Amino acid sequence: MKKDAFSIIGQSLPKIDAWAKVVGETRFADDLVMSRMAHGKLLRSPHPHALIKRIDTTRARALPGVYAVITGRDLPRVKFGILPVSQDEEALCVEKVRMVGDAVAAVAAIDEETAERATELIDVEYEPLRPLMSIEDSLAHPEVRIHEYGDRPNVHKAVALQFGDVEAAFAAADLVREDVFFFEGNTHLPMEQHAAVAQWGADGKLTLWSSTQTPHYVHRLLAKILDVPQAHIRVVAAPVGGGFGGKLDPFAHEIAACKLSQLTGRPVKITLTREEVFYVHRGRHPVLMWIKTGFRKDGAITGMHFRSWLDGGAYGSYGVASTFYTGALQTVTYKIPVYKFEGARVFTNKPPCGPKRGHGTPQPRFAMECQIDKAAEHLGLDPADMRRRNLAEPFVKTANHLTVTTIGLGECIDRVVEASGWRQKRGHLGPGRGIGIACSSYLTGAGTAIYWNDMPHSGVVVRADRSGLVAVLCGATDIGQGSDSILAYLVAEVLGIEPKEIRVHPADTDLTPVDLGSYSSRVTLMAGNAAIQAAERLREKIFEAVARKLEVAPDRLVAADRRVFVDGDAERGVDFAQGVVLAESMFGVLAFPGSYAPPKRAGKYKGGGVGPSPCYSYSACVAEVEVDRDTGQVTPTEIWIAHDVGRALNPVLVEGQVEGSVYMGLGEVLMEEQVFRKGVHKIPSLLEYKSPTTLETPEIHTILVEGADPEGPFGAKEAGQGPLLPVIPAVANAVYDAVGVRIDETPITPEKVTKAMEGKRHGKPGRVGPERLPVFTFPEPRVVESAFGQPADRITERPFSS
Amino acid sequence: MKMLLTLRINGEERDVFAAPHKTLLEVLREDLNLTGTKHGCELGECGTCTVLADGLPVLSCLALPVECQGREIKTVEGMARGGELHPLQRAFVELGAAQCGYCTPGILLTAEALLGDNPTPTRDAVKRALAGNLCRCTGYSKILDAVELAALRMRRDGSLPQLLGEVQPKASRADIKVDYE
Repeated sequence: MKKDAFSIIGQSLPKIDAWAKVVGETRFADDLVMSRMAHGKLLRSPHPHALIKRIDTTRARALPGVYAVITGRDLPRVKFGILPVSQDEEALCVEKVRMVGDAVAAVAAIDEETAERATELIDVEYEPLRPLMSIEDSLAHPEVRIHEYGDRPNVHKAVALQFGDVEAAFAAADLVREDVFFFEGNTHLPMEQHAAVAQWGADGKLTLWSSTQTPHYVHRLLAKILDVPQAHIRVVAAPVGGGFGGKLDPFAHEIAACKLSQLTGRPVKITLTREEVFYVHRGRHPVLMWIKTGFRKDGAITGMHFRSWLDGGAYGSYGVASTFYTGALQTVTYKIPVYKFEGARVFTNKPPCGPKRGHGTPQPRFAMECQIDKAAEHLGLDPADMRRRNLAEPFVKTANHLTVTTIGLGECIDRVVEASGWRQKRGHLGPGRGIGIACSSYLTGAGTAIYWNDMPHSGVVVRADRSGLVAVLCGATDIGQGSDSILAYLVAEVLGIEPKEIRVHPADTDLTPVDLGSYSSRVTLMAGNAAIQAAERLREKIFEAVARKLEVAPDRLVAADRRVFVDGDAERGVDFAQGVVLAESMFGVLAFPGSYAPPKRAGKYKGGGVGPSPCYSYSACVAEVEVDRDTGQVTPTEIWIAHDVGRALNPVLVEGQVEGSVYMGLGEVLMEEQVFRKGVHKIPSLLEYKSPTTLETPEIHTILVEGADPEGPFGAKEAGQGPLLPVIPAVANAVYDAVGVRIDETPITPEKVTKAMEGKRHGKPGRVGPERLPVFTFPEPRVVESAFGQPADRITERPFSS
Repeated sequence: MKMLLTLRINGEERDVFAAPHKTLLEVLREDLNLTGTKHGCELGECGTCTVLADGLPVLSCLALPVECQGREIKTVEGMARGGELHPLQRAFVELGAAQCGYCTPGILLTAEALLGDNPTPTRDAVKRALAGNLCRCTGYSKILDAVELAALRMRRDGSLPQLLGEVQPKASRADIKVDYE
């Protein structure tokens, strides 16, 4: 047994919660039932924009079976939001509603049906205001303000950053392209509707069980929203039935359940309907984009200028971060020596947008990778070769001061080119068939917390006792990606035991150390590193105790096969459980913390906090499609995707993340859209919101590329979000290869394809996409020197690492 | 107004006193505490609430219990025999076919009905059978693989091979270049 050989890592083991999930044992939030539990319902606004003149709850209160009815006036008058800079939400609106679906009142009753009937008996008098339903609308009507705050009327945030002289870069280019793209909004559509159960005990302490990806942020914000000390609140994360970013904010139903529980003295459960989930949203921002890039003849990029306009919806949510993300990661895939970014997020009277898988980066990635395809054609280059030649360098900084570590993108490109038969197929697939390529990169965890602080981003406690059982306590939430299992594998690897001997407990703010949440692909890396540290501290004590018994030096011991023994002499040792007994006898209670915070590498400029990450994953995708030349229907026939994951801690789980990402990307590029008509959501149901079934999902060929990254736990990088990004432009580029038309906006529907083909037949450019840009002057850019090519900061400087 | 219903669920007779307009989904979850059956859309589109009635998949959010009296209802809780998993459940565990696990009960039961009807389905037939069950996590690949594996094992007449031994992940893995530590 060598010290550097793995026994658990790299194995395709079942997830630790898989058995419970296949027999129906897993208790999701809506499966929780408590004695005396009341059922809650929210009354939501039917108007996109209106003043609330009066709310009369008399008739609802009189309905038999109703325990309590509340409005916003029953809650502390404080606004909240997930980001400290956007405190603009109310659980129950008091004076004004800003979208169809804003909650205005809540009921607790003996059952759900009675609660729903009671909401219908609440009389609300509204004074409708002009709804602003698009970026253009909101900018054209500054006199109608959705919020009183923001950088300008109806402009939530406008930012401008410049890293070096882009105009000089364009002057030095052989080809300068300007292109315009639009990415339609779409939603997460987790199969589980959000649910929460609140119990405000007679001792004045509150417990909330919720399907949330961020129990810590909910805990923090509930204290503010309810005006109760955080120490009196406990948040327990239920297993999440799909998140994808849709369960990252504190929501009205969670807050209303708490208040109703306080008033009724009963546990209160509120489960959203599918229609409500569409209103809660926080999904993909619709983004209009203009991109100007200079290319040399060999395809090298001389500089890039990127502008984005985000349709933010009615509230801030994560929007400021989303805005920066539409400009942050362009620089980490290819060499871009100078870069300028301008972005603006505009309020509209629609459900608020926020983070969906890839948070703010799939939109610009679509624009950029389609533009590169166009440039390659213009320059007479193979799009795969052009990308391959201009890859970013590992262990250097980008123009916008992001530190990149390992890059497996070159191998990713080679592998998908080879596996797909790219060279034989491109241009030779025959009428109506095409092939396209695109690349991408994504964060492995956001390098900065949502609120600035010097504490760990992730904490883990590993404890063991004489029973031989090892418990892992961590505030992270498993949303189906398998993060609890990853923690078990890592601890098992360090301690030389099996995952079955480890229990990973759900996030519970009373019991588990803080982890910031399941977002930005951060859990495997951050909680994983913390878990390794905690397990190593435990192992050190066990080694010390076993060493004394065996009369050897502790550094001669290894832990493997559920034993602790002298390296090279397996007979000389003890069972793991006996080792724990020896350590407990020697040191007392065995519980060890691990803490992780990312290296502090944020660029020293305002906005520099969005984009840094300990390391970045890379993906390359080749898509093959068939386009029906009569109907315009695009059918993806095969997808090849290679993903640089650093190290696959469990290959089957990594493949699952990659395949799920590909699937979601296909939905976004071909059919999914969150759209509105006359102020109303056109499709708030699964009947009309189209998403791919088994029949629309092609065979996906997954290739994992490994090259251990020094930042990741045993070298691992993220897998759950990055592989979504290249799928969308790869399909768009394949459609061009198939039928010679450019669809520069998502989704690529049959209507758009036939329209572009029709246009082409009549001598017009074969393109469908945005035709104009908003009249908008961005602020003067913050000018920062480009950090392109500078060596990476030293990697070892990480808080809490020793 | 409530009525007495007698349902046969997972091989047991159960008496339920429930309003006649309650759906089978609601009665299973709320009156019988069989919460393994999930809800996803409330209008018969997503397949999440699928149960079997006399071996055929039924969307429990659209079914009325009063119509189900005298039929053999099976939910996910009825798939395992004692402590032994159904081959489909076991394959889902081994191949990572359940991510969040929310759609899993409906998919397992739909697949069980398929294999009851056609023990040797092609991949296309599996796709067609599961086309009414949405999964937002997996991209379906692992689910299709798991159904195929279960079908294979069931054809071998119960002699189940050892866990994981015969199944290798499909991903090809490059050599690890950088040594950790």
